[in-house]
Amino acid sequence: MLDEKSRWTPYWQAAPLAIVFLVFFVLPLAITFMVSFWTYTGYSIEPALVGDNYASAFDKCIDSLPDLCTTFRTYLSTLKFCLMVWLITLVLGFTIAYYLVFEIKSPTTRIVLALLTTIPFWTSNVIRMISWIPLLGRNGLVNQALMGAGITHEPVDWLLYSSFSVTLSLVHINTVFMIVPILNSMSRIDKSLIEAAYDNGASAWQTIWNVIVPLSKTGIAIGSIFVITVVMGDFISIGLMGGQQIASAGKVIETQITALQFPIAAANAIVLLAVVLMIIWTLLRFVDIRKEL
Amino acid sequence: MKKTDNGGMSRRTLLKGSAITAGFIGTQVVTGFPAVHADEPITLRYLSTATNQSPAIAAKAKEITGINIEYVTVTTDDVTKRIITQPDSFDLVDTEYFSLRNLIPSGNLMGIDAKKVKLVDKLATAMTKGEVDGKKIGDQGTAPHKVFYLEKQRGKEFAKEPTEWITLIPTTYNADTLGIRPDLIKRPIESWAELLNPEFKGKAAILNIPSIGIMDAAMVNEAMGKVQYGDKGNMTKEEIDKTIATLIEAKKAGQFRAFWTDFNESVNLMASGETVIQSMWSPAVTAVRLKGIPCTFQPLKEGYRAWASGFGLPKTLKGKKLDAAYEFINWFLSGWAGAYLNRQGYYAAVLETAKENMQPYEWAFWMEGKPAEKDIMGPDGGLLEKAGTVRDGGSYNTRMGAVACWNSIMDENAYMIQKWNEFIAA
Repeated sequence: MLDEKSRWTPYWQAAPLAIVFLVFFVLPLAITFMVSFWTYTGYSIEPALVGDNYASAFDKCIDSLPDLCTTFRTYLSTLKFCLMVWLITLVLGFTIAYYLVFEIKSPTTRIVLALLTTIPFWTSNVIRMISWIPLLGRNGLVNQALMGAGITHEPVDWLLYSSFSVTLSLVHINTVFMIVPILNSMSRIDKSLIEAAYDNGASAWQTIWNVIVPLSKTGIAIGSIFVITVVMGDFISIGLMGGQQIASAGKVIETQITALQFPIAAANAIVLLAVVLMIIWTLLRFVDIRKEL
Repeated sequence: MKKTDNGGMSRRTLLKGSAITAGFIGTQVVTGFPAVHADEPITLRYLSTATNQSPAIAAKAKEITGINIEYVTVTTDDVTKRIITQPDSFDLVDTEYFSLRNLIPSGNLMGIDAKKVKLVDKLATAMTKGEVDGKKIGDQGTAPHKVFYLEKQRGKEFAKEPTEWITLIPTTYNADTLGIRPDLIKRPIESWAELLNPEFKGKAAILNIPSIGIMDAAMVNEAMGKVQYGDKGNMTKEEIDKTIATLIEAKKAGQFRAFWTDFNESVNLMASGETVIQSMWSPAVTAVRLKGIPCTFQPLKEGYRAWASGFGLPKTLKGKKLDAAYEFINWFLSGWAGAYLNRQGYYAAVLETAKENMQPYEWAFWMEGKPAEKDIMGPDGGLLEKAGTVRDGGSYNTRMGAVACWNSIMDENAYMIQKWNEFIAA
């Protein structure tokens, strides 16, 4: 009897989470996948099994090569932001985490400073973005300062509604996602390992590269997954800070949803999901999160 | 706006209720009260965009008719989406005529009985016939008179001739054009073509709601002589291709500072000087001016792009709520609300009753295009225009008479959306 009971216990324990996953994750995803093969009019969607939605998502993509079609261009632009934001948040996140873990000696100060990095989370990310606009605008504070200091005579236009402002706001929003997991991994590194490295004559850079980076790999991987998935699906930041002139996969889906073209929006969502999964799969080839946790 | 408490009856109200009921049963002499007063006041869930809603109208309606108006505020596209996907989530909807081409085939709205609408014969002819002052106005696109009547109450076909079943009872309508900053442009602007004039490189904007943006783009293309349209409101694939090609070319040349989707974005772009010429809506121009910044809703020689919205009823509405909806619609047309909307720069569905509710100098300014005799106050009581100013574009007859096309849903809508996304990605 006892054996019987204990055999089932783990399943019961896992059941609540499994149910939540099933209802809020697997089911909607399955429906999205199903609808992506349906047909639609302006006011209805009809069950069907057609590949038209995928075909129109990749309309003229092969024919027009070497010119890129809309979908490829959109993904290329999104991937470009993804790479930039990932690199910058990684450097920032790693540096800040390193400083907090290894340079700050007092635990209290460390906690206070770590909390400080979460301050941007106290307001919504839309507000965080909008607050950049008066700073970076044509008549904004930065331009006034530049002109006041005599550095430029004409206002600088590329500060706002440009790739620059999009990258800036995405970095602003996402750095903390990188800091926290890296901080977590780093604080578990046994300090005696660092001392051992120094004792063996390693330089500071060698220690970072050969000891700290490998031991923080899990944190880096988790942070990267956060940042990459957020940036790939983002359309609010890109829309707001790019003056809606820069395409993103999310915006394409949103336009289609507002035009009530649910099946083609579903098809694009599946494509986006596939792209993100591929990126994450590649990432996980380098780090086995499960082994390291 | 009113919040509803869906928590149901509390125990206390239940007890009170039963005490009252007991009282009534006990003392049968207490009769003669009109039944309606003993009833709970009726609440109508009123679905529309923020533009069409106003706490003042809801408060006045409550005062006069006793009906509670509970506003459900969403964006233009979401109004359509709600009607199609959640037709039971509202009792009355204020939506644009152009969406009817998607809404009516869905069967989720029912025809409004013309016999129950008292002022049905007084509705503006711009809506019912496509005429202003007896003269035909532009009717490219989904002009309201094309989709005004249904064959039968629950029909899915529009009627060519007037019938007793009306799709939407008009609430507001207007003629849109480009907004400009006269202080920064410093010369007269007369044509839609100016939106893509390289002189305003990096200082122009267009709105990123495809079904409306494409119409502005068509006005521009036609004005530039780049495309000749059969019907701007119902383009062929080839016309869509050409229209988008012009936009992409301009975008690549850096013509646009930004695109906007939200009323407030357009106000900010203009007020901050990021743009000097852009697609705009009338109340947004007013909002910029209220900040003390010069902004003109510039009349252009090619004419206006018009829009209209109106009340529709969900097919499931019945009983007391249905009666209340008709009562509210009748009240809405009776003048107070019309005057309120006219003072915001929109146009009311029934002009005669609105006129009765406005001061003669207000009517002269807003509707007749005459210089303001006195300072013109906004609906909130703030100063809108100083005495002596003239409304941009002039009188009702001049503005509505110069309509060139209406917001629309095209046959090639899916293709247009695809091309629009291409433009955004370019």
